[in-house]
Amino acid sequence: MEALMSASVALFTAGGVYLLLRARTFPVVLGLTLLTYAVNLFLFASGRLTTGAPPIIREQATHYADPLPQALVLTAIVISFAMTAFVIVLSLKARAELGNDHVDGQADRQGESE
Amino acid sequence: MNLFLVVFTPFIGAILTAWASRFGRLHSAWTAGAMTLLAMACLLPTLLAPFDGELIIQRWVWIPAIGLELALRLDGLSFMFMTMILGIGLLVILYARYYLPERDTMGRFYAYLLLFMGSMLGVVLSENLILLLMFWEMTSLSSFLLISYSYAEKESRQGARMALAVTGLGGMALLGGFLLLGEMAGSYNLSVVLSKGEVIRADPLYTPMLVLILLGAFTKSAQFPFHFWLPRAMAAPTPVSAYLHSATLVKAGVFLLARLFPVLSGTPEWTWLVIGAGLATLLAGAWIALFKHDLKGLLAYSTVSHLGLITLLFGLGTPLAAVAGLFHIMNHATFKASLFMAAGIIDHETGTRDMRRINGLWRFMPYTATLAMVAAASMAGVPLFNGFLSKEMFFTATADLFLDLKWGWVLPSLVVVASMLAVAYSLRFTHDVFFNGEPVNLPRIPHEPPFWMKFPVEILVAICLLVGMFPNMTIAPLLNVAAVSMLQTPAPDFDLAIWHGFSTPVVMSLVALVGGVLVYMGRRPLFQLAKRLKGTLDAGAIYDWTLGRLMAFSALVTHRLDRGSLQRLIVVFLLSVLTVGLAGFLGSGSPLTGSRAPLAIDGVSLLTTLALGAIVVATLLVHQRRLIALIVVGAAGLVVALIFVKFSAPDLALTQLSVEIVTTILLLLALYYLPQHTPSESGWMRRGRDLGLAVLAGSGAGMLTWAMLTRPYTPISDYFLANSLPGGGGSNVVNVILVDFRGYDTLGEISVLALAGLGIYAMLKDLKLPGLRHDSRGRTWNWDRHPAIMAALTRLLLPFALLVSAFIFLRGHNQPGGGFIAGLITAIALIMQYLTNGAIWTHERMSNNMHPLIGAGLLIATLTGLASLALGYPFLTSTFTHVHWPIVGDFELASAMAFDLGVYLVVVGAVLQILIHLGLMQDVRHPELDLSISKPHQESR
Repeated sequence: MEALMSASVALFTAGGVYLLLRARTFPVVLGLTLLTYAVNLFLFASGRLTTGAPPIIREQATHYADPLPQALVLTAIVISFAMTAFVIVLSLKARAELGNDHVDGQADRQGESE
Repeated sequence: MNLFLVVFTPFIGAILTAWASRFGRLHSAWTAGAMTLLAMACLLPTLLAPFDGELIIQRWVWIPAIGLELALRLDGLSFMFMTMILGIGLLVILYARYYLPERDTMGRFYAYLLLFMGSMLGVVLSENLILLLMFWEMTSLSSFLLISYSYAEKESRQGARMALAVTGLGGMALLGGFLLLGEMAGSYNLSVVLSKGEVIRADPLYTPMLVLILLGAFTKSAQFPFHFWLPRAMAAPTPVSAYLHSATLVKAGVFLLARLFPVLSGTPEWTWLVIGAGLATLLAGAWIALFKHDLKGLLAYSTVSHLGLITLLFGLGTPLAAVAGLFHIMNHATFKASLFMAAGIIDHETGTRDMRRINGLWRFMPYTATLAMVAAASMAGVPLFNGFLSKEMFFTATADLFLDLKWGWVLPSLVVVASMLAVAYSLRFTHDVFFNGEPVNLPRIPHEPPFWMKFPVEILVAICLLVGMFPNMTIAPLLNVAAVSMLQTPAPDFDLAIWHGFSTPVVMSLVALVGGVLVYMGRRPLFQLAKRLKGTLDAGAIYDWTLGRLMAFSALVTHRLDRGSLQRLIVVFLLSVLTVGLAGFLGSGSPLTGSRAPLAIDGVSLLTTLALGAIVVATLLVHQRRLIALIVVGAAGLVVALIFVKFSAPDLALTQLSVEIVTTILLLLALYYLPQHTPSESGWMRRGRDLGLAVLAGSGAGMLTWAMLTRPYTPISDYFLANSLPGGGGSNVVNVILVDFRGYDTLGEISVLALAGLGIYAMLKDLKLPGLRHDSRGRTWNWDRHPAIMAALTRLLLPFALLVSAFIFLRGHNQPGGGFIAGLITAIALIMQYLTNGAIWTHERMSNNMHPLIGAGLLIATLTGLASLALGYPFLTSTFTHVHWPIVGDFELASAMAFDLGVYLVVVGAVLQILIHLGLMQDVRHPELDLSISKPHQESR
């Protein structure tokens, strides 16, 4: 199961990084979203994997999943929404001011960066 | 505790003054004056203590772990400085009220001035070294504000920046010196430090410590080679120069020399460093001062020179010389402050400070001229004025100490040369300005200033005269107590009489006076010489050059790394991370796989992971078609929720699910204003490189996860699991951690959320973009009304959705749920109304102003914390009780629930704020749909 989790983190990271390297704002925001998934899963995994034992106190339970990473990831999910929102609105603002959606924040010009 | 009041009154006064200036120009001046008088009044209960030889220390333990105490000490030395700070401060406040132009509201000026006054009082009253340093830095900061007061002018900004850079670097050195000193003495309290002089001077680290402390003192007191900031600080308004650059700020450095005199002095290092700096400053300052055409420039360099004189006196190391240093500090403060004020009056009346143009002012303002001439005579050291007395003591100290040594005549001779120059520039200030022909092309016809503008000068000049003529009746007692507390031993016998009989010092005085007159008369060739020498020894130019090189170097580094391309930077970043990570992994030599037994793989999980792989590949393939890419990424989010479900994290799954929905809505709304298609801009090579990087980064992250997951670990969560129910009153441990154990973190996080919401609101305000007209296949936008069945259905669903949200909220402490999830569900339910019924319909029923909601949420969360503080528990301590509700049954009511309510409100407010305002953004192509964001009342059809 650990291998599958590692593979998931790897897949999200790879997809996120590729999109992050695009030159337009929207794919970069999508890339950030994928990267967020990867980071959240990684943080979550730092409590190791446990099945069928949610951290809710019951009398008959013998063990629980680690609640601390869960608490951290819960707020991280909400904050990452705020971050995504901020970045996408920033890109709207950039488009309004510069006339394009290129990530380098320069007014309209021809061709690719570099 | 009256000393604390003395120090804090000016700080409170600064706020009051800034506020009072709203009610009129003069209110701030009155407030500033009143607050200074109040600070003086606070001093009254302990006024006589220093004269009874009493040392008053008032303490307040602050951070004992690092030896930091809020401790203030009142002794003769601090008392002497306090009289100057408060007394001259009051005069400057009065003077500035007439000096500042009519259009100036003055509130800012007086507020800064009081800030500075408070910091300066703190410096001289501090008993703790670290506290002293904090006030020291505050004097640097507040003087920066004062120098840059006319910030519209380039000179002011540059002068202020330079002063801050030089004194700030000095402050840093001083911090190092104080830390060493405190460690040597075993305490940061002055009482201990002052009693351990022997131990400290014998310490192997004495020299570095001394150098660091002297760097602090020399930068502050404008000693050579750090003197250049002082003349440039003359860009400040003249009252500031009169206060900071004569009486107070620059005296902080020599104050430090006096304060630490019994600890640091008496070693060869001290003697060489302090005498060297003092002598160089004395000579260089006096030389440059003579040739300055700017009135304030002359005074500035003469201040530099006099500060050098004082430093030199402390460097000599004998008790008598140190007492002379103290005496000169006071005398210099009085005559230099009055000279600056006189210069300000001249500037104010004539409109210029150029001495080549201001001549013969005697005819226009004889009264001011008399005052200025008395002060200038005192500066020159003419008998019967106070400057003469301390200068005489200075000559005595140098002559006594050196004349018996071989080459001993050098220092006294140099001192006499410097005094000749002082006489010459004082004479120039008098003769050039008030006589020497007619004024040249003055912008204004000068006349005498208003009475109250001259009044502070009169007071100071009167002090110069009284001290000069009757020293034993006026200044001797104060000087005596200051000397005792400085030296920590009984003061040496000093005699302030004007005539001691015919001796070496008298000869030196005479030579200086006569020589000075001769130098002034023969000044023309000297001016030629000075013109040729100009720029050869300009420390300011060296500073500018160094700064310029530093700037160029950092610009070069920045330019090398950042060529304005985000992609390039990300590549650099990724490569560095990969290199460091790989090096760490290979260097450690530990195996990739740890010893922890893995869980067995089941079929569904395998399928889910394969699906995830397909989703990611699909995202990359279709990413240029943005709408489709967005939908695919949404699917990826759902898979993440499934992973959370599988691995026992129901709270996370619920959060992920609801966040996924709002994120998708958010990106859809944004996509309306963005191109629908990402153009193919990169070639095969480029895409290959990016793919390679992505695979490398992905494998790195995957390996890291694998290495972590296969290793055993010891969690700290047992505490939370054990205490959640008995301590926090809830069985959902994740929720109890959020609202109770780690409530402070959560408070920070909802604040971030609130800030993001506000930031987005600010960015969207007045933002206009062309909306979408066609999709990527050219089909036009469909303006049909929302489907009626769906609209009706969501209206019907709203109460149920809210009910579910309330349910999730209430059960959150014990079952999966809580404020975050409930907030997201409420937000989605309300957003659904917008989506199906339209903004207009929804706004008739609900305000789009979410600020109160966010504010209320933050307020409730904070108040919950403060309530526990008020009851005597640490911030955010929670309590709970069991309540029996009819029908529902036994119910736990925890105070953490109120906190969770705050979380809930912030989440609802921030999410709605973001989505609503994005949805309401103005489309420049559809003005008929004008839904003004800021004016909700215009929204009815």
